[in-house]
Amino acid sequence: MSRYLNFIAEKNQVKYLIITIAFIIFSFFWIYPLLWVLSASFKTDFEIWGGLGLIPDRLVWENFERAWFGANMGRYFFNTLIITVVSVIIVVVTTGMFGYVIGRYSFPGKKILIGILISTIFIPQGYTIIPVFDLLNNLNISKNLIGLTLATAGHTPVIYILLFAGYFSRVPVELEEAAKMDGAGFVRTFISIMLPLTKPVVATVSILQVLHAWNDFLLPVVITLGNPDIRTLSVGVYAFKGEYFVDWSGMAAASVITILPIIILFLFMQKYFVEGVQGAVKG
Amino acid sequence: MHKKPLSKQIYDARWCYLFVLPCSILTGMFVIYPIGMSWYFSLLDWSGFTKEAKFIGLQNYYEAVNDEFFWDAFIRSFIFMFGTVPIKIVLGFIIAVFLNNQVLKLAPFFRTVIFMPVVTAIAIIGIVMTFVFSPFNGPANKFLMSTNLTSAPIDFLGNPDTVLPTVMGVYVWKWLGITMMYWLAALQTVPQDVYDAAKIDGAEGYRLWIHIILPIVLPFAIVIILVEAVGALNVFPLIETMTAGGPFFSSEVMEIYIFRTAFVTDSGTMPRLGYACAAGVFWGVAVLFITVLQGLWMRKTRRI
Repeated sequence: MSRYLNFIAEKNQVKYLIITIAFIIFSFFWIYPLLWVLSASFKTDFEIWGGLGLIPDRLVWENFERAWFGANMGRYFFNTLIITVVSVIIVVVTTGMFGYVIGRYSFPGKKILIGILISTIFIPQGYTIIPVFDLLNNLNISKNLIGLTLATAGHTPVIYILLFAGYFSRVPVELEEAAKMDGAGFVRTFISIMLPLTKPVVATVSILQVLHAWNDFLLPVVITLGNPDIRTLSVGVYAFKGEYFVDWSGMAAASVITILPIIILFLFMQKYFVEGVQGAVKG
Repeated sequence: MHKKPLSKQIYDARWCYLFVLPCSILTGMFVIYPIGMSWYFSLLDWSGFTKEAKFIGLQNYYEAVNDEFFWDAFIRSFIFMFGTVPIKIVLGFIIAVFLNNQVLKLAPFFRTVIFMPVVTAIAIIGIVMTFVFSPFNGPANKFLMSTNLTSAPIDFLGNPDTVLPTVMGVYVWKWLGITMMYWLAALQTVPQDVYDAAKIDGAEGYRLWIHIILPIVLPFAIVIILVEAVGALNVFPLIETMTAGGPFFSSEVMEIYIFRTAFVTDSGTMPRLGYACAAGVFWGVAVLFITVLQGLWMRKTRRI
């Protein structure tokens, strides 16, 4: 249940109005840079630097054409999509299995396993990036999407495991015993009884991983240094800035291609974003 | 009932081991193994692109601690942390307190807007912000000049004095939504009857906050500060895309330093992965040290 402290009294109309108006102005300034890049993606270069207005004279769709085909954003879009989808599947399956066992069973070595995991929570990405780069080279998977996808799925998903473990540990034992009576084994109990119960956690973990995979930068920029073909969108836009430095409107269009899918996803699935983020401090 | 022998326990739990295996392999490959290897690499004189590597002991570390740029970057990372975390904590708290009002009809809308930059790709934010803060007709300067706050455009990202505060400001803007969500979660744990009882007792305004609500949300505050502090030390994408550490290294934080010595070296010099690893290990240990310190602090406070 939600709890609220309503220190703005309903009867105090003036105070209410002032706070609302202050927040509206604040929100406009807050969101302005994002609106600005959206509007710039439909403008001509000349118009972008002309004024602060957000409404373009006419919609210049050619910006998107140049970005999608000319700057290869189309290819990068599908690279990013593949990496994101596959890494979400890998992460949900592996951390789900891990969380299930950690949340419901005790076995020799469990404490050591948890201890190792917890100790890696705050390892900075910059600390592991060089050996990861070297490892993918040695395994010969640094030049295709396989390596990048695996490494994207293999970052420390401790928070995912904790979310799963917490949820699984609250499932009543009776359910499991009933399944056992029906003759269901370990795997079948997990797949047909337990997994369907955890849909909310699956959704939350998926969203967090989508956010991570789609927006990651350090890993893809290092892995794709010598392979422009497997760049992700973020790296693509960064390279775009270096290569076509004067094509502002094209770059704005490329930026919009990168950020719009996630913003739309966020607007529709806000609840799960919030739960995932808040899980980090509640746990 | 006496305890089963270990071998029997392990056999009974065979499914458990099978289930933890896939995730353990991934974590082993991409987290545990790299941590171990970076220690080993840090002892090598190695470019990373050839097989030739010479074992040189602690020489990389010796060189790092004697490098002026290393310490500048090291200190700058902490300036970044101390400059952004308190602002985020305080500002996030104030906004959360306002948006936690049921009466405020537009609260969900404001929450969505403030959270929006969080879901936006950080590299894109960095690139877009180089436009926004451009001295050549960038929107920030246009706004300042049209409102007569400045007479000449400010080169936010080109001036060593303004570059770090600007990047820090963008960082706060980008991630404040998360801090706000943390605080909202914390405020939701304050029981309704605490508020009601406080109101009956006549505790209003700042007294209500200091004596009743703050003690309840304090354990959260410590977790939030810990998460935020570590987050503020990992700012590679934003700074790389906004300034790449420039101008004249004036915004080079530790991660940029590591990246530069490992991959983006000046023309004519070889990349030095061994050396970069030494810097990385030094950095990782420093971050770990802070985490442990804060963890101890957290335990102490919780006991009280």
